[in-house]
Amino acid sequence: MLEAKKDFEALLMGNDAIARGALEAGVNVVTGYPGTPSSEIVEQLAKVAEESNLYVEWSVNEKVALEVAAAGSYARLKSMCVMKQVGVNVAADSLLHIAEYGTRGGLVLVSCEDPGALSSTNEGDSRPYAKMMEFPLLEPGDFQEAKDMAKWAFELSEDIRNIVMLRSVTRLSHASGNVIMGELPKDRPKAAFEFSSIPMDQMKGPILAFPTLVDPLRRRQLEKLSKAEKIFEGSPFNKYTGPAKPELLIITSSVCKLYVQEALDILGLWERVGLLKLGTTWPLPSKLLEQHLGICEKIFIVEEGTPFLEDNIKALAAEKAKQVGIKTFFGRKDGTLPPVNELNPDLLIKGINFILGESYQFVSDEYKAKALEIIAAGAPVRELTFCPGCPHRASFWLINSALKLDNRAGFLCGDIGCYSLGAGPCGFSTIKILQAMGSGMGMASGFGKLDKFGMTQPIMAVCGDSTFFHAVIPALVNAVHNRSDMILVVLDNSGTAMTGFQPHPGSPSGAIGTRLPVLDIEKLCNSLNVRVEMGDPFDLKGTRETMLDLLEDGGNPRVLILKQPCALSPIKKGQKMYEMAIDANLCLADLCGCNKLCTRVFKCPGLIWDTQKEKVRIDEVLCTGCGVCADICPAKAIKA
Amino acid sequence: MGKKLSCDPYNLIIAGVGGQGNVLASRVVGDMMIHQGYKVTIGETFGASQRGGSVMSHLRISARGGFSPQMPKGKAHMVVALEPMEAIRVLATYGNPKVKALCNTRPIQSVGVICGDQIYPEKKHIIQWIESLCANAGFFDTTKQALDLGDSIFGNIMALGALAATGDLPMPLNIFKTVISKKVVPAKIATNLKAFGIGMELIKDKK
Repeated sequence: MLEAKKDFEALLMGNDAIARGALEAGVNVVTGYPGTPSSEIVEQLAKVAEESNLYVEWSVNEKVALEVAAAGSYARLKSMCVMKQVGVNVAADSLLHIAEYGTRGGLVLVSCEDPGALSSTNEGDSRPYAKMMEFPLLEPGDFQEAKDMAKWAFELSEDIRNIVMLRSVTRLSHASGNVIMGELPKDRPKAAFEFSSIPMDQMKGPILAFPTLVDPLRRRQLEKLSKAEKIFEGSPFNKYTGPAKPELLIITSSVCKLYVQEALDILGLWERVGLLKLGTTWPLPSKLLEQHLGICEKIFIVEEGTPFLEDNIKALAAEKAKQVGIKTFFGRKDGTLPPVNELNPDLLIKGINFILGESYQFVSDEYKAKALEIIAAGAPVRELTFCPGCPHRASFWLINSALKLDNRAGFLCGDIGCYSLGAGPCGFSTIKILQAMGSGMGMASGFGKLDKFGMTQPIMAVCGDSTFFHAVIPALVNAVHNRSDMILVVLDNSGTAMTGFQPHPGSPSGAIGTRLPVLDIEKLCNSLNVRVEMGDPFDLKGTRETMLDLLEDGGNPRVLILKQPCALSPIKKGQKMYEMAIDANLCLADLCGCNKLCTRVFKCPGLIWDTQKEKVRIDEVLCTGCGVCADICPAKAIKA
Repeated sequence: MGKKLSCDPYNLIIAGVGGQGNVLASRVVGDMMIHQGYKVTIGETFGASQRGGSVMSHLRISARGGFSPQMPKGKAHMVVALEPMEAIRVLATYGNPKVKALCNTRPIQSVGVICGDQIYPEKKHIIQWIESLCANAGFFDTTKQALDLGDSIFGNIMALGALAATGDLPMPLNIFKTVISKKVVPAKIATNLKAFGIGMELIKDKK
C-alpha cells in the first residue's frame, strides 16, 4: 500500500485502489463498520496507519462511524467513512444533517454496494440518497478510476465544502485490475475545531442545525451542488466514445462500463453505437447530457440497482425536449434489461441486440444442450453451510431441539452474520424471521408483547457479538423496559467473523492493533437487571438444560450468552480440541435406528458417510476436532 | 507491454471450493502477468468462500486493455479446477468446444452429498463428462502430493505449475519465484517452489 512509488503499475483489488486513492489524497481519519464488499478498505488503511499517521477505527455502527469521520472533517482533517450499502441507511439521519451544514476538511463517504446480493440480504441502492440529501455522487468505472476518483473525491469535497459519496459495487470492490500509482503526500495537518464566529460562517462558526438556520443552510447547500455540477461538466471521468451520429447512445456508470465495452467489442458495434460513461452521477452534468442526448434518438441506460440514472435522465430529457427532441428510452424499466439482479456482458449483448434487431451466438445449441444435461447429473449445487467445527452448528442444534422439546410452537428471530445460515438446512431451519442488523431482537421485543392477543408461542432471538453492539442494544433495552417475554441468545464467537474477524467493542484491540478496553456483554446485560446465563455451545448437555430452564422461566426478557470462538478464529490457530475417531463396531448404520443422524441431520462437513462400508468416517483434512458430533451420536460410535 | 498472447484477451477460470486457495492462485497468476507487462482483470466470487460454497475466479489477460470482471458465457480458453465437480460447473457455463481444462480429481463432498440428499458422481463419469466438454483435458490428484508437502492447500500452486507447463500462458519459474516471494512468508517460499515444480511435472507425465 505504501511501498508502491509513483507511476508503479500493480494489480490492485478495487477496495485496495480506493484505499490507495485515499492515501494519495492525504486522508487522516478513517472509520467504518465491516460489511462485504467494503471491509478491505479500512483493513488496508489500518495496516499502514502508523507510517501514514492515520487514525483508523472500526466503529460500533455506521451512524457513529460517520459522526466520528465528520468530527475529523470539522477539525479540518481529511476524513473517510466506509460501509456497505445497508450501512448508509443506518447513517442516514446524520448524513442528512452533515450534508445540510457542509464540511471543513474533505469528507468522503464510501458505500460499497452489492447488486445481485452476492453477499447481502438485499440489493440496496444508496445513490438516491445523493439526490434526496443533495450532495455529490461519484461512481468509478474501473480499477484505475477507483483510485483516482477516491483521491479526487477529497479535492471535490474541499472545493465545494460538502460531503461526497463514492459508490463502488462488489464487481469492482472485490475484483482486481491494473492500477498506476500516484504520489503520496507528506504533510501532517494539525487538528482544531473553531467556533469563534457566527453559525453561518462555515469554517469558523459553531455547527448548529437550528430550525431558523435551515433556510440559509439549504440555500448554501444548493449552491455547493451547483458548483459541483459545473465541475462535473468538464470532468475527465465523464467520457464519450463512439461515432458523432450513432444509431444508439448507451449511457452508463460504474463497472457496467466494462460490461458495455465488452458487449460492443464482441458484437463489433463501435462504429454504430456510442457510449457515454458517467463518473459523476449526481448532480447530473446537464449540459454534457443535453449535448449527447441530441446526437441520437435511441437512448439505452445501463445501470444496476434502482433506475436512478434512467429516471433522472428522462426528467432531464423532458426538461430539454425542445433542444434534444423526443427520445425513445431503453433500460431496466421497459424490460430491455432485467429489472433486478446484477448485470453482465451477456445481458448487455442481449439488450443491445434487442434494440438493434441483431443476433449473436457464440456457443452452439448442441454444446449448450450437452452442458445442461451434464450439469444436471454431474454438478449438484453446493449448498452453503457452516464450517466444520463452527460453534453456530452446535448452537442451532441446541436451540432447535430446545424449541422442539418445549413443544409450544416457539420460534427464533434471526439476524445478520454467518449465523443467518441458521435459516437453512445447516442450521436445521431454526430461524423463521431474517431481515436487517438488529431486527431479530427488535421483532422479538414486539412478538413478546402479543400475549394480550392470545399469542402463547415462546420467542427467541439470536445475534452475534458484533451485531449485539451494532444494533441489538437499543432493541434489548426496549424489551427490558417494556417487559417483553422473550429470550435473546448471543452467539459470541469473539469477533466480526463473517467479514474477516474485525474487532468490535468487545475485543481487546482495535483496527490498528492498539489495546483497548473490552466491553463485556455479560456485564452489560447484567446491568439491565434481567436474567443472564452463560453457556458453551460445545457443551450440549449443560447448555440444553440452561436453555430449557430459560424457556420455562417466562414473563420477562432473558439473555443467554453462548461463548465459543469461531472455528476459523486466529485465537484457535487451527488447533484441534480433540482427535476424533470412529468405533466401527459401534456404528451400526441401518440397524442403529438413528438413520445416520450425524451426516443426515447434523451435517458437519467433517463427517462423511462411507456408502461402501455403511459407516460414518472422519474427514481428517476438514475436521477441526470440536467434539460435538461425539455427543450427537446415540450409539457413542464417534469418540472424542 | 507484454508479448502477443495466443488469444487476447486470454480467458482463464480458476475454480474450486472455499478453502482451497483459489484466491491466492488467481492473484499469483495475475501478478505474474502484470510483471510481464500485461493488463489483467480478475473477477472473483468469494463471498461464500468460508462456508463450503463454490469459488471461481475469472482472469482476463490482455496486451491491450482491461476487460469485464465477469467473463461472457462460453468464452473460457482454459479452466483450472481444484475440484472435479467444479470443473463441470464452470465448463457448463463458460465452456466451448475449444476450451482446455486442468483438473484435480480429488473430490470435496458438498453438504448435500454428506447428508445423502445428493450423490457425488463417480470419477470415471466426471472424467468422461469433462472430456466431452473440452478440446483437451488433463487430470491429476494434487491433494495427495500436497498433503505430503504438509498441507492440502499447496494443491493450488501445483495446479499453477501444471498450467505453466501447458505453455499457453507465459509463466516462467523465475517470475513465479519473484511473485510468490512477495505473497507468502519466507518460510513457505521453498515449499511453494517445490509445489510449482511438482505441478509442472504432472503434465509432462501425461504426455
